[in-house]
Amino acid sequence: MSARLARAALWVTGVLVAAWLVAPTLVVIPLSFTDKVSLTFPPTGWSTRWYANFFGDPAWVAALANSLLVGVLVAVVATVLGTAAAFGLTRWTSRRGAAAASVLLLAPMIVPGIIVAIGVYAVFLKFQLAGSLAGFVAAHTVLALPFVVVSVTASLQTFDVRLETAAASLGAGRLATFRRVTLPLIMPGVVSGALFAFVTSFDEVVVSLFIQSPSLVTLPVQMYSSVTRETDPTLAAAATMILALTTVLVTGGLALSSRRNRAR
Amino acid sequence: MPVDRTTPAVKGARIDLRGMTKRFGGSVAVDDVTLTVEPGEFMTFLGPSGSGKTTTLNMIAGFTDITAGTLEIDDRPVGDTPAHKRDIGVVFQHYALFPHMTVAENIAFPLRQRKISKDERRRLVAAALETVQLPGHAARYPGELSGGQQQRVALARAIVFSPRVLLMDEPLGALDRKLREFLQLEIKRIHREVGSTFVFVTHDQEEALILSDRIAVFNNAKIEQVGTAHELYERPATLFVARFLGESTILRGAARPEGAGSTLTGDGFAVRAPGRVDAGRDAALVVRPERLRLIPDEPGSAGRGASGGTPGGNAVPVTVLEEIYLGAARKLEVVLPGGARGLVREQAGALSGLRAGDRATLTWHPDDGVLLPDDPTIERIFT
Repeated sequence: MSARLARAALWVTGVLVAAWLVAPTLVVIPLSFTDKVSLTFPPTGWSTRWYANFFGDPAWVAALANSLLVGVLVAVVATVLGTAAAFGLTRWTSRRGAAAASVLLLAPMIVPGIIVAIGVYAVFLKFQLAGSLAGFVAAHTVLALPFVVVSVTASLQTFDVRLETAAASLGAGRLATFRRVTLPLIMPGVVSGALFAFVTSFDEVVVSLFIQSPSLVTLPVQMYSSVTRETDPTLAAAATMILALTTVLVTGGLALSSRRNRAR
Repeated sequence: MPVDRTTPAVKGARIDLRGMTKRFGGSVAVDDVTLTVEPGEFMTFLGPSGSGKTTTLNMIAGFTDITAGTLEIDDRPVGDTPAHKRDIGVVFQHYALFPHMTVAENIAFPLRQRKISKDERRRLVAAALETVQLPGHAARYPGELSGGQQQRVALARAIVFSPRVLLMDEPLGALDRKLREFLQLEIKRIHREVGSTFVFVTHDQEEALILSDRIAVFNNAKIEQVGTAHELYERPATLFVARFLGESTILRGAARPEGAGSTLTGDGFAVRAPGRVDAGRDAALVVRPERLRLIPDEPGSAGRGASGGTPGGNAVPVTVLEEIYLGAARKLEVVLPGGARGLVREQAGALSGLRAGDRATLTWHPDDGVLLPDDPTIERIFT
């Protein structure tokens, strides 16, 4: 009887903690469907006018397009570089060298974003990269790289290197071996790394605030300036869309890595 | 033994190893190995783990660089050729099938690398599956097959591009005994059909005896002896070879030249042996179990001792320690005068009737022994 009680208490605690974790995020969903002109919670009437407003306003649409473009480019660049780095780290015969290099590669995950932002800003001013597409891609790639490295390294650690030896004996050079044997087998790790890289760029705000320019504003930056100027619920509509997109991508990424683990 | 040699598909290549050496840091894995594998031959590298046989195979395959020495395939030096350009088939103990490809795609892999047309690929894959007796499994994934089936696929993949050399690294090591015995016969048949030169690595002496035309016995980074199974068994060149291949009784003592041969004097016996060993060295006489005969001592007689026994033969007094029943034969473990053990094999039709505890005289013809320099380090390997 007491065991059942303890079980129930455990469940209640679990649900409460879960609610505490996601509730602030979920609040934006009803807010985005309000019919009022202010962010009052809970909403008293419903409409989709703020979504219409979002897609009718060139500033919001441009910000969304910029974020998608930067995100996709970052995903591509970070995945290529991160996969190469993960390869180097797993195959490096000097384990100490590899450990040191991996600390460097993973540093952007640990260093406070504001510090990275100040550093990037200073350098970008000097080289006139602030506010440029290349600047955004470069800065976000630094932040996204660790996610790709971690994800691909995990894949490579379960990859059987002896398959590469077998491929060589069957006539495949290094490139053919990578393309036809190694890459297909570590693909789940590469794809989930790419998804995380995209998401990292897509919702990055601190560095973006520093390096933004009137000609290039990403969605999170647009949201931030919107909330400081006027508080109309278009912001909530934008937040809801970011939430939906990142949830789908991250869930997809996690599903891929768990499928990879099951296959072992 | 006559074999129904179907016309082989490939002409095997000759492999010449000259002074091949591999050092890893300070340790020597392969030390100055010189060996010629004849075209179409089934050569087995036999030895305990760490003896250098797999490293030698890896150097032939191109997976490991050669520290010193030369490697030639059909008189062409290939030491600097990368593995993927050597055209050598390799079968691994762990199968190494590509898990994301079907059986057919796995087998077609070397053909695709060689830019062979799709139709030809399909034909060759089907033929290879036929050879390993796995037709109908083309669309399966390796994960759906048993270990034995996976190794057949690996074999098909290694022979499908008609390599003139096929290397196998303990390919049956991961399989259970019944399956292993069955696949041994399969590999023998495939060797006959394909015609390539096979180099097979194993630590299982029985497997080596069943499969090989010739066996190279590895120990301590060197080849101890190369020869047919018969040569290695009947005329082992070193005590290690005698101990590694088959069973034997070993009598240790001091050898002194006498006539055409030697006399070996040990603890409680003096026997004659063919050949000589270097003066001053301890010697070991190796006699195989089926060459030995036990003559029961008659109760009352004081034992025949070292001078009795069959005329012209050697005789040593022993005590039977244990009998091991084998069906078609039995083995008797005996205690020699110095306390060492000996092993006698008696065929079912010619049993001596001796039991454990009985005293008897161990006899054999002097020419049936092999006199070798003793090597006291050997026993550490085998006990």
